[in-house]
Amino acid sequence: MTLTTPSTRKGGTSRLGWNVIGLLVFAVVGFPVYWMLNTAFKPAKDAIDPSPQFFPRTFTLDNFRRALEISDFWGPVGRSLIVSLVVVVIGIAVGLLAALAISRFAFRGRKIVIVGILAVQMVPLVAMIIPVFLLLNDLGQYDKLTGLIITYLTFILPFTVWTLRGFIVNIPKELEEAAQVDGCTPTGAFLRVVFPLLAPGMVATSVYGFIQAWNEYLYALMLMSQQNQTATVWLGNFTTKNGTEFAPMMAGSTMMAIPIVVLFLIVQRKMAAGLTAGAVKG
Amino acid sequence: MSAAQTTAADLPPAKQKTSTGPGAGTGSTGAAGKPARKGAVATPWLLLAPCLLVIVLVMGYPLYRLVSLSFQSFGKSELWGFKEAEFVGFDNFAKILGDGVFWSVVLRTVVFTVGAVVLTMVIGMLIALLLQKVSGVVKALISIALVASWGMPIIVATAVFKWLFDADYGVLNYLMSRLPGVDMIGHNWFASGPQGLMVIMLLVVWGAVPFVVITLSAGLTQVPKELEEAARLDGAGAIGVFRHVTLPILKPIIVMLTTLSVIWDMGVFPQVFVMRNGNPEAEFELLTTYSYQQAFVVNDYSGGSAIALVTVLLLLGVVAVYMRQMLKIGEVE
Repeated sequence: MTLTTPSTRKGGTSRLGWNVIGLLVFAVVGFPVYWMLNTAFKPAKDAIDPSPQFFPRTFTLDNFRRALEISDFWGPVGRSLIVSLVVVVIGIAVGLLAALAISRFAFRGRKIVIVGILAVQMVPLVAMIIPVFLLLNDLGQYDKLTGLIITYLTFILPFTVWTLRGFIVNIPKELEEAAQVDGCTPTGAFLRVVFPLLAPGMVATSVYGFIQAWNEYLYALMLMSQQNQTATVWLGNFTTKNGTEFAPMMAGSTMMAIPIVVLFLIVQRKMAAGLTAGAVKG
Repeated sequence: MSAAQTTAADLPPAKQKTSTGPGAGTGSTGAAGKPARKGAVATPWLLLAPCLLVIVLVMGYPLYRLVSLSFQSFGKSELWGFKEAEFVGFDNFAKILGDGVFWSVVLRTVVFTVGAVVLTMVIGMLIALLLQKVSGVVKALISIALVASWGMPIIVATAVFKWLFDADYGVLNYLMSRLPGVDMIGHNWFASGPQGLMVIMLLVVWGAVPFVVITLSAGLTQVPKELEEAARLDGAGAIGVFRHVTLPILKPIIVMLTTLSVIWDMGVFPQVFVMRNGNPEAEFELLTTYSYQQAFVVNDYSGGSAIALVTVLLLLGVVAVYMRQMLKIGEVE
């Protein structure tokens, strides 16, 4: 019973025991996702069977059809796409400049800026909804995509700056300097040496920012009217006074979750590394 | 570093307020902009300017407004502009702090947060340790399940949990009733606050555990094997090795994860809001939903702001610990 060695060759039986526990963990953690898919693809009347079927027997897309007709789906998705993409493009551009400033320059006040950016990231967004709502109301930006975009920028930016900073400091300055010694202009050195190395990190950060903006609920709910709702708020349409249509709701959930989960699977490894880079050394 | 200086002008995106060179320059032959090399003091600030501008405008001003609102009387007539907001000093705070409901909400929020954070950290640590013991295939399976649940939009996860715990057709009631002597058919989990909040806590933990596991797993790989080996030779048991070798090495990560979890779990909003169909009962009220309710349902914007401000103040201590940790890490480079 050693808890921390990765391979205890002696205990074949104990390895088996751990594997059984591991499979149990897998089943419990994965069950909600499985059940969402299971419900989405079975006939709505099977979904309310008092003794539910755990393995799919019949396969149907009816729930998806119903989900699409309950209320406009593509409008909200389009709006969410616009908002998320614009936020990411602006956020990465502005964030990269700021990240370069705090990672490649030594200047007075650098530490204050870093603390400030970290602090902003820590302000709970829920606490800010009242003043943001009043501010956008005063500016005539209530129910406007631009208002939502500006708001999302503030919570994407600190994170973007911090993560990009993490990627930049991992690129040795010497590479750049060597390129300049070899005759590159400073810009050339950046574009040919640093930028290619930074690109994967930028892509990962963008995708992560996109997911954040796409998933946001509270501000989307408060700052947009019913006609201009975004994708996350759209999911609320399945619950009415007469109850909830669960099977179509699971179909709607599937449509919303699958693209995001896939995107997430792609960038997750990179982001997890970036978020905690150097934490152990601390 | 002067590379960075000129890229300001060369980056394609147009959001550069302080653009110094020809904006369209995309060639690698960098049209080195006007600022001479000596301008190096100003360069970082120019690079930072757009970012700081956005943050100050959209975060700084509302933050100031949040504080000023909580010292004013601001209701519907002020919202419509019929009346000027009036300064009322500490009235809002006096009202809140003298209200028993507020204190029960604070207590509930603290219990909820502590419960969720402890569960998240303990389960996360256990799974991270388990991942070191299982075979490759099982490890891959668990990792996929973890990342899938991590990636689920909160709002979707909430919808799924609502379905799992549904009184009439929820699969959980069915499964539990299969156990001998248990009859949970038709059991309404949301009839009582504590039980309902437990379900919501489970939902929060389910979403939060993957990040903890993946971060801790990365940390565990950096624990030197020789140290564990040495401790074992000195007679430490599995628990001893964990306590005296693994835990101290992981401490920075654990501090960071715990503080982040506290901040996140105290900010739980959509989970409660959506689970209770947009109108949480008194028994479900947490500080976040309570503040929202005061502002947008009761139309007492200043009261809501005061509650939000108290929430932020409650979090400050935790944030300070987190920042210290992050700065330590930042100084390494």
